[in-house]
Amino acid sequence: MRLEIGEILIRDIQFGDRTKVSGGTLYINKSELVAKLIDDEHIKSISVELAKPGESTRITPVKDVIEPRVKVDGPGNIFPGVLGKVTTAGSGRTHVLKGCAVVSCGKIVGFQEGIIDMSGPGADYTPFSKLFNIVLVIEPAAGLDQYGYEKAARMAGLKAAVWLGEAGRNVQPDNIISYETKSVLEQAAEYPDLPKIGYVYMLQTQGLLHDTYVYGVDAKKIVPSLLYPTEVMDGAILSGNCVSACDKNTTYHHQNNPVITSLYEAHGKEINFMGVIITNENVFLADKERSSNWTAKLAKFLGLDGVIISQEGFGNPDTDLIMNCKKIEKEGVKTVILTDEYAGRDGASQSLADSDPLADAVVTAGNANELIVLPKMDRVIGMLDYTDKIAGGFSGSLRPDGSIEAEIQVITGATNELGFNRLSATMY
Amino acid sequence: MSKIRVVHYLNQFFAGIGGEEKADHKPELRIGIVGPGMALKKEFGEEAEIVSTIICGDSYFNENLKEASAQILKMIREQKPDIFMAGPAFNAGRYGAACGTICKMVKEELGIPVLSAMYEENPGVDMFRKDLFIIKTADSAAGMRTAAPAMAKLALKLAKKEEIGPPEAEGYHVRGIRKNVFRDKLGSKRAVEMLVKKLKGDEFVTEYPMPQFDNVTPSPAVKDMSRAKLALVTSGGIVPKGNPDRIESSSASKYGKYDISGLAALTSETSETAHGGYDPVYANKDPNRVLPVDALRDMEKSGRIGSLHNYYYSTVGNGTSVANSRAYALEFAHELKNDGVTAVILTST
Repeated sequence: MRLEIGEILIRDIQFGDRTKVSGGTLYINKSELVAKLIDDEHIKSISVELAKPGESTRITPVKDVIEPRVKVDGPGNIFPGVLGKVTTAGSGRTHVLKGCAVVSCGKIVGFQEGIIDMSGPGADYTPFSKLFNIVLVIEPAAGLDQYGYEKAARMAGLKAAVWLGEAGRNVQPDNIISYETKSVLEQAAEYPDLPKIGYVYMLQTQGLLHDTYVYGVDAKKIVPSLLYPTEVMDGAILSGNCVSACDKNTTYHHQNNPVITSLYEAHGKEINFMGVIITNENVFLADKERSSNWTAKLAKFLGLDGVIISQEGFGNPDTDLIMNCKKIEKEGVKTVILTDEYAGRDGASQSLADSDPLADAVVTAGNANELIVLPKMDRVIGMLDYTDKIAGGFSGSLRPDGSIEAEIQVITGATNELGFNRLSATMY
Repeated sequence: MSKIRVVHYLNQFFAGIGGEEKADHKPELRIGIVGPGMALKKEFGEEAEIVSTIICGDSYFNENLKEASAQILKMIREQKPDIFMAGPAFNAGRYGAACGTICKMVKEELGIPVLSAMYEENPGVDMFRKDLFIIKTADSAAGMRTAAPAMAKLALKLAKKEEIGPPEAEGYHVRGIRKNVFRDKLGSKRAVEMLVKKLKGDEFVTEYPMPQFDNVTPSPAVKDMSRAKLALVTSGGIVPKGNPDRIESSSASKYGKYDISGLAALTSETSETAHGGYDPVYANKDPNRVLPVDALRDMEKSGRIGSLHNYYYSTVGNGTSVANSRAYALEFAHELKNDGVTAVILTST
């Protein structure tokens, strides 16, 4: 399966009469966008605001971040099975509005929405401070429960991204990158001397607002399965969850999964990248056992020499991470695990809820408990009402002068476990 | 600018008083520099000055811990130091323990920076590495030449409140504290590089060495539940409505103790969850789902259990550090025991 990604570099965003990309600027007809999204009985109102890198702007509570993409050639569409037919995606050509994103935000769903600061110290911790953000502030209809609200907000974000992505359909991309993964036997034969590497992609599925969707299927209900890496780039996997902001994979993270791109970079040089094994993080022991048995089985079945395993969330999923690692290693397949840490505010506690000596190769995305002070911003998109309550905040987090003291856990994407960032932790 | 005031601590041997036979030497304050302090003075130059040296015999200190500590603390306080240094203790075990004990006490009581130096096998390293900076030294006094510059350099940095670098750069024993850093490469790239090295059999450095977990042996089963006094403890965050103690939704810094005497069951009017790691709707609708007061009251009535304790303990287990959890349990386990509780049901979420 071969996919061309055409990157259209977006260097500014503005409201305009017509939604289009011109000279690197994305113009957005605000009322048309709102009209497109408001056609949902679960949503009372939506306001659209723009946030640019370097501004004194704080966006909160952030639910999801989505990159506008459009399928210009090949079968399927973006977010197959959710916003269109379930046609298998991942081949042909996809255009990406690179440098911008849709951010959904609004009254809190659970405890676990985050903060994006467009400048200041907080901006260093979130990749989304570097993007031109089209922020949807969503007000749910009266009486809507939080499951309905989560879904309405999720769908609004996806629809906005797809609608904006259309603006890139007929634009000549600045860069074209192609990715290809062949059928298992062909792929193995292509680089017979290089180690065969897979990617075990753990999806957050603890349930009750901790859900991830694969081609529209709630991933709680899958058994581990195989995907071509390029399917992920077309939105085969998307976020519907509200785990802590720092280490949940937003839809943007899935669309731009850095493990996949880093493996492709080394593909044909140092490794032979064979494909993606998706698995879940269910809360029942039998599910954990079954899923980790299956990842190990599939890794062996594919004849892999090594895998990278990425986690999403923390605590309970630490057990899934360690089970995957242990069982795959026992099949003779080498592992590196990607995780983050909860070592306490002083960094002195143990970082994971589970461990095993076989997990001897760990890449960490940092200690989510570390404290940070975020200075007051001139403008707030969304609302500060929930600052003390969101995971990583505490009583008094929002100070009278408008600054915030909280754990970096509150920052969207700060300790992302796909290895999206440079942040890490080390032993002092 | 005035010089940084340093108070230095030595045992009887390094102060030149004598060996084991003088180990009962009582705490003594001498103005100015003694013994190894000379090497430090050279390194300090004009920036800092050892204003006084405190000497105590190793046996005296370890055998009269309380008294000796109080005496030494008083001496140090009167000297108004900006920083306190002890040792190097090299491989002398009792000396290392004394250096660590005094440094920790000074840090806590006087709030000034402290510093010691020891050989890696000195038991004082493991006892105090989390509490203070301990410079790495050789196993004998021959290592003073390398220890002194490292000690002086770190002491000046600490006194001037400068940022302290990682252990390998500053020369101190790893403290076991996780600190965030920005690395040069993305995590995903580091993972691919690490995997390639691991497959080739090349050396690689894990970014998080796996901790050794302490396993708790379960207590023997309760023989007669009909006589047991049962208590409920939860990490599921059930609290009285309004969360009076403001237990955090994640990374809880406290726990609560709440009265349920006379309650037949929890209700959505009286209780809720503070937990931010799961969807709270079902717990809030019926808090007994997390803290089963209703079921236990039934069992109490039917005589299947002796009684339900009047209080329950609750915290939020979401991202809460193991060290904090252990500290909470240490406190309330004693209370439970003193209250005659014979069995506890721990509920999690």
